[in-house]
Amino acid sequence: MNAVSYAAQAVPADWPGGYWWHWLFYTVVIIVFVLVMVMGAIYIERRGMGRMQLRYGPNRTGPFGLLQPVADALKVLLKENIVPNVADKIVHWLAPVIAFTPVLLIFAVIPFQNGALLTDLNIGILFIVAVSSISTVGVFMAGWGSGNKYSLLGAMRNVAAVVSYEIPMVLAIIGVVIFTGSLSTGAIVDAQDIPFILVQPLGFLIFFIAASAEINRSPFDLMEADSELTAGFHTEYSGMKFAMFYLVEYAEAIAMSAIITTIFLSGWRGPWLPPWLWFIIKTIIVFFVMVWTRATLPRVRIDQLMALAWKFLFPAAVINLFVSAIEVLVWPDISQWIFVGVNIAVAVIAIGVGTKMFKPGWGKVAV
Amino acid sequence: MTTTQEISLQTEPFVLNMGPLHPSTHGVYRMRVTLDGEVVLDIEPMFGYLHRGIEKLMEERTYTGCIPLTDRLDYASAMGNNLAYCVAVEKLAKIRVPERGEYIRVITAEMIRIANHCLAVGSMLNDAGALGTPFFYLWNEREKLYDLFEMLCGQRVLHNYIRIGGVSQDLPDEFLPALEKFVPQLHKFINEFEFFLKQNEILIARAQGVGVLPKDVALNCGISGPLARASGIKRDLRKDDPYSVYDRFEFDIPTAENGDCYDRYRVRMEEMKQSLHIIDQAIKKVPGGPFRAKVPQIIRPPAGEAYGHIEGPKGELGFYLVSDNSIAPYRCHIRSTSFINLTALRQMVKGWKIADLIVIFGSIDITMGEVDR
Repeated sequence: MNAVSYAAQAVPADWPGGYWWHWLFYTVVIIVFVLVMVMGAIYIERRGMGRMQLRYGPNRTGPFGLLQPVADALKVLLKENIVPNVADKIVHWLAPVIAFTPVLLIFAVIPFQNGALLTDLNIGILFIVAVSSISTVGVFMAGWGSGNKYSLLGAMRNVAAVVSYEIPMVLAIIGVVIFTGSLSTGAIVDAQDIPFILVQPLGFLIFFIAASAEINRSPFDLMEADSELTAGFHTEYSGMKFAMFYLVEYAEAIAMSAIITTIFLSGWRGPWLPPWLWFIIKTIIVFFVMVWTRATLPRVRIDQLMALAWKFLFPAAVINLFVSAIEVLVWPDISQWIFVGVNIAVAVIAIGVGTKMFKPGWGKVAV
Repeated sequence: MTTTQEISLQTEPFVLNMGPLHPSTHGVYRMRVTLDGEVVLDIEPMFGYLHRGIEKLMEERTYTGCIPLTDRLDYASAMGNNLAYCVAVEKLAKIRVPERGEYIRVITAEMIRIANHCLAVGSMLNDAGALGTPFFYLWNEREKLYDLFEMLCGQRVLHNYIRIGGVSQDLPDEFLPALEKFVPQLHKFINEFEFFLKQNEILIARAQGVGVLPKDVALNCGISGPLARASGIKRDLRKDDPYSVYDRFEFDIPTAENGDCYDRYRVRMEEMKQSLHIIDQAIKKVPGGPFRAKVPQIIRPPAGEAYGHIEGPKGELGFYLVSDNSIAPYRCHIRSTSFINLTALRQMVKGWKIADLIVIFGSIDITMGEVDR
C-alpha cells in the first residue's frame, strides 16, 4: 500500500475536506485537548488530594482556584532557565522534548467518538505500546544529562520499571485483542457491547497497575520519590523545561486514562450524552482513581516493584491470556456474559492465590 | 591490557551527599551515603548545622531564665523539655512541688507525648511515600492538642509553661472539660487510623523487618524510649524511676520483639493509647490547692550537682546541673535523646536500600534542635 492510498483510507468517507485538512484539524484538536485536559488534571489532582488530606487545595486564583494551573504555567514561563555546570548541555536540553512528543503521538489513535480520530491504524494498540515507552528515553536522558546523582538514580529506576512493566501490560492487552480479533482502537471500541473491564477483569487490573508503574503514579512513583530523591530525574530542571516534564507527567496520566477508557471502558460508547463527552467523563474517572490511589498508598521499594512485576503480574497476565484464549477457541459463539462470570471468578482466584504466594521479601543485602 | 568490555562492566560504589537540604532529613541532618547502586554500603553522619550552644547559654542565665532555652531543644515536644529541666533544678534545690502542680505536669507531659508521636508517625509514613495523607490526619489531631496548649499557656509550640516548683499558671476553667471531650475523640481517631494502616500491605512490606535494631546493640548504644521498647527492652522511667506522680497511675509499657520500623510505629501508636489512659485518670484526680510552690524569683541552689531525667516522648531526657551557689548553673549538660538514639543509625541501615534508609531514619524520630543543641 503506498502513501497516497493509505492517506485516502485514513480519512473517513463523509469528511468534507481533503487529507491535509483532516490532519490539521485533528492535530490542533489533540494538542488543545491534551493541554486543556492536563490543566484539568492538575486542578483535579490538587483539589482532590487536598480534600482527601483535610485541606482545601488551591482556592485563591479565580473561582474555586480554577485558574491555578494557568497561574502556575505563567510563573514557570517567567522563571530563569538554569543549566548546571556539569550537565551535558545538549542532552539536558533535548530530554524534555523527547519525553513530551510520544505522549501527543498516543492520541493519534485514540477515538474521541465514532470515527473521530487522527488515523485509525490497523495496528493501533501496538502503536500505543511502542510509542508510549519512548518517553523513557527522554527521562533517562534527563537523568544522565543533569549530572546529578539523584537524577541518575531516578532515571535508572524509571528504566528498570518500564522494562519490567511493559511485559505484563502488553500481555494484558493481548487478552483483549484475542476477544476483538483486531489491533485497531476503533474496532476494539466497536467490539465492546459489554465493556472489557467486565470481560477481562484480571487484565484490567494488571493493565491499570502496570500503567501506573509505567507513568510513575503512586504507589510506584519511584523515579520522582520526593522523600528519597528530592525530585528524581528532574531535580536539575527549572523554568520551561521543568514545565515540560510536569506537562509530560500529567499528559501521560491522561493518555493512559484515555487508553484504559478505550480498551476497557468501551471508549466513547454510552447512553444519553454525546459520545465525546462520555469519552472525557470516563477518562477523568480513571484519572481520579489514580489520584485516589496516590493519596492513599505508601510507596513501594524498587526491589518490591520488580518483584511485583515478575512474580505476580507476569504469571497473572499469562493465566489471563491462557483463559481468554481457551474461551475464544472453544466457545466462540456463546454470549460474552458467561465469560464475564467465568473471568471474574478467575480474577478473584488468581489474585487470592497470588497474594498468598507472593510476599515481598525483606531485601537486605549482606555488605 | 583491558578490553572495552571489561571496563564497561566495572562498577564502583559512589558517594551521595544527603542533606543538609533534603526533604527527608528532618531539619538539617546530613549524611554522606556510600551507595552500590541502590544499596547503602555505609553512611557517615554529619551534624552541627543547627548548633546554637544552648548548654553554654544556660550558664549565663538565671535558673528560671533557662526554661525558654529548653523549649528550643526539641521543639516538637517543648513541654517535656521544660519538665525535665525543672525536675533537675528541683532536685538540686530540693523544692517540693504541690499536688495540683504535679497533676497538671503529668497531663501536659502526656499531651505532648501524644503530639510528638503524631508527628513522629506522620513523618515516618511521609518518608515511606504516603504523600502526606496520614501525616495531615495526624497533624490535625496535633493541632487540636496545640489548641489546648494555647488555652493553657497562650503558646502553641514553645510553651515555656512549666516552672521551677510547679507551673506558670493555673488551669483555666474551660480546659479540663475541653480535654475531657477531646480524649474519647482522639481515641476514636487512633482506632480508625490503626484500622487503615495496621494491615496495610505496602506499609508492612516497607517497614516489617526493615532496619532491625537488635536488643544488645540498643543496650550498648544507650538507646531509650519507643526505639528501645520496640527492640524488646522494657524500660520506662515513668515506672522504673517514677518522677512527679507517675506512681499513682495505672498504665502499661507497650513493647515489641523485632525492633524493626513497623514495631516502632506500633509501639508509638500503643503509647498514645496509654497516654490517653493516663490523662483520663489524671483528669478525674486533679486536686485543688496551689499549683506552684513558693519559690523565690531568683534561686540560689546550694553548691552541688544533680541529674534529673524524665521519660520524654523520644526517650530518656536528662539534665545534669552543677551549681556553685550562684544564680546561674555553673554547668549544664543535656542528655539529649535524639542524639543518642541516632548513634545506632549506621548499624540499622547497612545493607538496606536507599529508600529504606529514609524510612529507618524517619522511624528513629529525631529533632535536629535536640541533636545539635
